[in-house]
Amino acid sequence: MFDSFLVRAALAGLGVALAAAPLGCFVVWRRMAYFGDATAHASILGVALALSFNMSVFAGVLVIALVMATTVSTLSGRGYAMDTLLGVLAHSAIAFGLVAVSFLEGVRIDLMAYLFGDILAVGRVDLAVIWGGAILVLALVGWRWQQLLAATVSPDLAQASGIDPKKEQLILTIALAIVVAVAIKVIGVLLIAALLIIPAAAARPLSQTPEKMAVIAAAIGGVSSLGGLKLAYDYDTPAGPTIVCVAAGLFALTSVFGLRRG
Amino acid sequence: MSVLVEFRNVDLSYGAHNVLDGVNMRISSGEIVTIVGPNGSGKSSLLRALIGALVPSSGTITQASGLRIGYVPQKLHIDPTLPMTVTRFLSLPHRVPNSQAADALTHAGVPELGRQQMSSLSGGQLQRVLLARALLHRPQLLLLDEATQGLDQPGSAAFYQHIEQVRNDLNCAVLMISHELHVVMSASDRVICLNGHVCCEGKPEAVASAPEYRALFGSGTGGALALYRHDHDHDHVHGHGEDCDHNHSHEAAQ
Repeated sequence: MFDSFLVRAALAGLGVALAAAPLGCFVVWRRMAYFGDATAHASILGVALALSFNMSVFAGVLVIALVMATTVSTLSGRGYAMDTLLGVLAHSAIAFGLVAVSFLEGVRIDLMAYLFGDILAVGRVDLAVIWGGAILVLALVGWRWQQLLAATVSPDLAQASGIDPKKEQLILTIALAIVVAVAIKVIGVLLIAALLIIPAAAARPLSQTPEKMAVIAAAIGGVSSLGGLKLAYDYDTPAGPTIVCVAAGLFALTSVFGLRRG
Repeated sequence: MSVLVEFRNVDLSYGAHNVLDGVNMRISSGEIVTIVGPNGSGKSSLLRALIGALVPSSGTITQASGLRIGYVPQKLHIDPTLPMTVTRFLSLPHRVPNSQAADALTHAGVPELGRQQMSSLSGGQLQRVLLARALLHRPQLLLLDEATQGLDQPGSAAFYQHIEQVRNDLNCAVLMISHELHVVMSASDRVICLNGHVCCEGKPEAVASAPEYRALFGSGTGGALALYRHDHDHDHVHGHGEDCDHNHSHEAAQ
């Protein structure tokens, strides 16, 4: 059944959506939206590095995303406001990445494929990497769920219970880097953050507990992926942006529901 | 009485700014200790150092092994994007059965709050929920950081009576910080007057009449009964005085 490119695309979209949703909840709760964006944008530099050194794009992106995420974590609170810091780092990273790509000779890269994703070109190996990464992220977040949640609610309360909030922050950072690395092929650098944030935001008005929000976000992410892919196929639109459009539509729907319910 | 926590010559600084300077202090099981001091005297930093959120620049903080701490923070802001019922909050980070959470809320006098969102609670309700959570795992040491902020005077008096009851029930030590000297000191076994360093400490009556304490809080209405005001622009001469009725337990221990 993995022979059809459409089946592979659907499974790839589903895998990324499922991993991104619970992580996206933490990104929203901890107000790390720009953080996700910066990490994702930096990954174009990872693509350039991977292609120059002939290693896998997944590995290159993973390394750069990790470096970027830890740099931001380390520098935050040291003189610059977070949004300024992220603005500098995210745009510098994408600019350096684009310049670096232009130096690459011999390899003709379809830059658009990395900026917006190329879900229909997902092969069997890509699929294995995507699901491997997705399962790893889900396992990581599931394993640390209580601690991550406590550290999110209040670092001091967590600390008093013997939890190290910095360690939990590091775990989220690693999970974020993995999601960015597996999502680049599916959704592209520019829209990865959308897949993290929009399903989580759309799930908020429907949820009373953090667990419920994570599950609903995963469902909304999954529906967006499959629905977006279907629409992209029917109307011959770019798949990544179409997926995000469907997610945005669902966000609008649940927001109206939330407003009506008060 | 066993020693639960001991500070030895603890210095703490934010960058170049010294917050704590050679603090010696010990908390023994079952006692109620109050830390008083003006704004910026390092009270909250001391508590945060105790839970491990701040690391001393020198000196040591030792805890009895396996010490269970119940911490009631000064305030708790939960982001509105994070849905969290009161019952769910009580299960952080250690899960408790819903029945136990319900019991804790009943005991705290707010049995009806279980299904409410944390972000919708009033100040007084949040206070009770935070205390209920801190008591869930039978702490040996209860930490209260300005726990009565936002309560009126009868409310905070009732709160401290409740704390004394809790101490008697659980036989836990209580370490609290408060601005409300007149209320809090009468409920304490021991008072530590802090202004970067330990100015003086001892029984509430002794501290109230100590010159160091009066220098910080004024003597107009008899020390402990003085209403706290937020003007501490006096030049306080640092250093231990002679007249202060010190309970030099920390020095005697060495």
